[in-house]
Amino acid sequence: MSAVLVAVLVLLGLGLVFGILLGYSSIRFKVEGNPLVDQVDALLPQTQCGQCGHPGCRPYAEAIVNGEAINKCPPGGQSTVEALADLLDVEALPLDAEDAEEPIKKVAYIREDECIGCTKCIQACPVDAILGAAKQMHTVIVSECTGCDLCVEPCPVDCIDMLPLEPTLNNWQWPAPKPGIELIATDRQPGIALEIKG
Amino acid sequence: MKNTIRVHQFHGGIHPPENKKQSTGAPITQAPLPSRIILPLQQHIGLPADPIVKVGDHVLKGQRVAEAIGRISANIHASISGTVVAIGPHPVPHMSGMDADCIVIESDGQDQWIEHQGLENYTELTKPELIEYIRQAGVAGMGGAGFPTDVKLHLGDDHIVNTLIINAAECEPYITADDMLMRERADEILGGIEIIAHLLKPLHIMVGIEDNKPQAIRALHDALDKSHLNLDIVITPTKYPSGGEKQLIKLLTGVEVPSGKIPADVGIVCQNVGTTTAVYRAVIQGEPLISRIITVTGESAAHKQNYEVRIGTPIADLLNLANVNRQQMQRLIIGGPMMGITVTNEQIPVIKTTNCLIAASINEMPPQPPAQACIRCGMCEQVCPAELLPQQLYWFAKGKEFEKARHHNLFDCIECGACSYVCPSNIPLVQYYRFAKAEIRKEDDEQRKADHARLRFEARLARLERDKIEKEERRKQRAIEAAAAQAAKKDAAFSKAASATTSSTNTTVPDLKQLKSNAAIARTKLRKAEKALTNAQSKGLDGIETLQATLKQLQLKSDQAEKAYTDAQNAPSPIAAPETDLKQLKSNAAIARTKLKKAEKQLATAEASGEGDIEALKTQVTALQAKSAEAEQAYQDAENGTNTANAAIDTSALETEIATLQAKVNKAESAWKAAVESASPAAEKMAAGVDKLKDKLKDLQDELDKSRSVAQPTVTTIDTSALETEIATLQAKVNKAESAWKAAVESASPAAEKMAAGVEKLKGKLKDLQDELVQKSGNQSAQPAPDAEPAVIDLKALKQQVSIMRTKLKKAEKQLNELPEGEDNTPLVAEIEALRARHDKAKATFDAAEAEKIAAAASEGIDLKQLKIDAALARAAVTKAERALSKAEDDSKQPLETELLTIRAKAEQLNATLERFSN
Ligand code: SF4
Ligand code: SF4
Ligand code: SF4
Ligand code: SF4
Repeated sequence: MSAVLVAVLVLLGLGLVFGILLGYSSIRFKVEGNPLVDQVDALLPQTQCGQCGHPGCRPYAEAIVNGEAINKCPPGGQSTVEALADLLDVEALPLDAEDAEEPIKKVAYIREDECIGCTKCIQACPVDAILGAAKQMHTVIVSECTGCDLCVEPCPVDCIDMLPLEPTLNNWQWPAPKPGIELIATDRQPGIALEIKG
Repeated sequence: MKNTIRVHQFHGGIHPPENKKQSTGAPITQAPLPSRIILPLQQHIGLPADPIVKVGDHVLKGQRVAEAIGRISANIHASISGTVVAIGPHPVPHMSGMDADCIVIESDGQDQWIEHQGLENYTELTKPELIEYIRQAGVAGMGGAGFPTDVKLHLGDDHIVNTLIINAAECEPYITADDMLMRERADEILGGIEIIAHLLKPLHIMVGIEDNKPQAIRALHDALDKSHLNLDIVITPTKYPSGGEKQLIKLLTGVEVPSGKIPADVGIVCQNVGTTTAVYRAVIQGEPLISRIITVTGESAAHKQNYEVRIGTPIADLLNLANVNRQQMQRLIIGGPMMGITVTNEQIPVIKTTNCLIAASINEMPPQPPAQACIRCGMCEQVCPAELLPQQLYWFAKGKEFEKARHHNLFDCIECGACSYVCPSNIPLVQYYRFAKAEIRKEDDEQRKADHARLRFEARLARLERDKIEKEERRKQRAIEAAAAQAAKKDAAFSKAASATTSSTNTTVPDLKQLKSNAAIARTKLRKAEKALTNAQSKGLDGIETLQATLKQLQLKSDQAEKAYTDAQNAPSPIAAPETDLKQLKSNAAIARTKLKKAEKQLATAEASGEGDIEALKTQVTALQAKSAEAEQAYQDAENGTNTANAAIDTSALETEIATLQAKVNKAESAWKAAVESASPAAEKMAAGVDKLKDKLKDLQDELDKSRSVAQPTVTTIDTSALETEIATLQAKVNKAESAWKAAVESASPAAEKMAAGVEKLKGKLKDLQDELVQKSGNQSAQPAPDAEPAVIDLKALKQQVSIMRTKLKKAEKQLNELPEGEDNTPLVAEIEALRARHDKAKATFDAAEAEKIAAAASEGIDLKQLKIDAALARAAVTKAERALSKAEDDSKQPLETELLTIRAKAEQLNATLERFSN
């Protein structure tokens, strides 16, 4: 009998100790906010364009964590969908956009002699990529522009264009090799001394 | 010749045909002076250099023409004397075949050196000074990537360098530039090594050289015998790619550089032999890097040999020099056959890293046969010098599983091409790796950009928040100040006035608020009770009696509270500030009226549909009517109190009449109320009577207003500011209503339709007000300046207005087009009509103004400048319109076309005027 009592007491004691430990650590090491939201947010392109139907990338990240579909971010493209699917361990859906191709990177460009300096575009830009002052010509800081499109609509004289980024030597990249014609081995030409690859 | 130290082995490697003998037959020949050179500003990774000369400048040979910016960047020097003829895009040796910024210098034939002088004794200089000296000379790695040499020399600062390896392996087929250099200039090489060794202080110096260059090895040994330098010449077996940095280190030391690390991390620094001569020339002779040795070879070249060529020489010159048969030449390669790049443009210049030109015939390099499926033979894995799994990487790259490719150490691939060389299926493996690397880099870059954007976004949000708080604080501050000022004023007043009156007014101030909330609470309670009652009635529940009793009680209470509140509100007003109160009263009256109207309408609909809580509505209407009347009365009273004094015409008669009528109305209404309450059948008749009475009342009031305005004929300056504020508030309301409506639509609430109507109404009102404002201000501006200065009309402002209008119009039209089928688009159409009218008006004004201006110009003489600008603007407008037209859909093309026509006509007219004037 006493053995049972001892066992029960020991177990109770252990339970108490662990309970206290867990309780303490849950307070001491409390994680602020929802870390999953942060992780999802980190995968979104931060264009803040609102094309997902949310007022920014973070709200969409929150919505995703709360069960919204992961394929609503056109600027992120399919690669973002896949990264999200990877993170959340769900099925990667095809991108939910009219033209589901990889988006072409664009930046805003203000036709400066047409700008009337109304500052409307500055107020619309989520990343402060537009420079200007009232009644002065405005211009876009290309390196900061995320290409979100939000400044185009508010401009009263429609002087903002979204132009594709020109490739330079530094951002040029090798294209994918064209898929070769799959031949059977006997079709191969004989006698090749040296091949140049690349 | 025997090795004194043991040579290790690296994994893999291949033995392609060497093809080196062809170009070692002749000594290095000086290439003739090029007639023009092209110096690309970027010749390596890192930042492009910044040009410090202008077009038209005369430069001397060896003069610095572009300056390094940042750490990984190299100076660029003119390699001939002559004139800068262009700075701009030009084809450069790059895989992409794109153009990049270059400095183009036309030779003056003098080949005149800039004053230069080497260092007598470089050991006197401190290390940083010496490195800076080398950096100034623009010395960059002449083997592979063209990495600025000074960066590598700085490695001694934060790494312990115990081994210096001089890379003389030159493992790629065809290339013999380093071989010939060693044969002919072994002293310079050893001199350069000495300088580098002085800077890095290594324990051990090794020169790695393949055993297929016996003459070079002998030359080096001979030179070494004369030198006091202590180094080992290590002969390695010929195997591609033993010249790879990590491979050579493995061969010579047996040390493997870990993935993702640089050799300096394991205490080793590698330098190319070519670089050592460049360092030597820079330090000892003071010559910047302006020339290099290049092998010109390939079956279609008649003279296969090495040339010393000025940096920037177009490759066409070299091909001519070597007598290349262009018919035979099938492919032109810069660099070696394994890692070089194919180019097509012969105007591409030689840069610091160009070591070989291969003018290959079709026999040498036949076009690549088509790729076949990977058979998993594993040959690629056996030859990979980086010990990777090429076929695995290939699958990942092909399947775009870049993350996996990265985990399989894709970035350790040196793109040597050994795997593609042995692949029996002719798969362009390296291309796949390059593609995968580029994709991964792009993704990383985008990630960085996204993080940056997030930072900026959050910073912006924080800023907006801060602004808001600051504003709020300022507002509070102002309020407090105002209150303090008020209090001070009051205090002053009190000090003069008797203290008896103060107590009463003092107490009323806080009470007002209290009373108001009381009234509101009572009202809400009442409404709730009413609802409960109707609910009970409709469902036929019992207990209606009690409910009714409670309702009555509540009604009473509510009325009381309301009364108390209004009383309190009215009480202090006549004493404190009758003028301000007037406004207050007026708006009160207006509010009461609108409320009443709303309630009435509700009642009407309820009655019409025969459902809902008609009773409650009716009571509400009555209450509201009473209130409205009260408010109106109060307002009237107050106004009379203030106005009668200065009104010339006596309106008091009218007013008394109104008062009696009002009383009558009140009476009738209460009677009606009673009837309604007792559910008497006469209620409806009574309501009609009340309405009639009210109409009469209104008529009278109108009359009163009229007479009053007659009484005050001095009001000529039209006060638009009030109107404007009204418009602003209304606008805010509209916005609010709209957003509410949108929310309702989104939540599919049934109230959405009603809300839409409300929004429409509000908008209509807003427009009315705006029109009124426009009219008024138009009148105003027309009045004071009818013919004073018509020329001052701001054309620009007008134009802006026109363009804004046009944009608005376009947007509205777009909206209309986007409206789904079957939805009511009449309001939109109406809006568009209005907008169009406004646009036309604005445009007409603008056109008129412009025409006037032109006419003025024509009559006065010529304001050509203005005319020119106008013409340019018109042209721009034409292009814009054209663009819009091309973008527009078919159905909206018609108006755009006409617009385009008018604009074009205008532009033509302007142009014609311009021409006439300029002739
Ligand atoms: S400039 Fe325009 S497109 Fe670029 S980030 Fe700002 S709002 Fe977006
Ligand atoms: S919205 Fe358009 S007109 Fe206004 S400042 Fe920006 S670019 Fe200029
Ligand atoms: S190209 Fe890359 S994968 Fe292929 S053999 Fe060379 S290092 Fe290995
Ligand atoms: S050598 Fe070519 S066929 Fe063989 S495993 Fe490698 S990729 Fe596949």
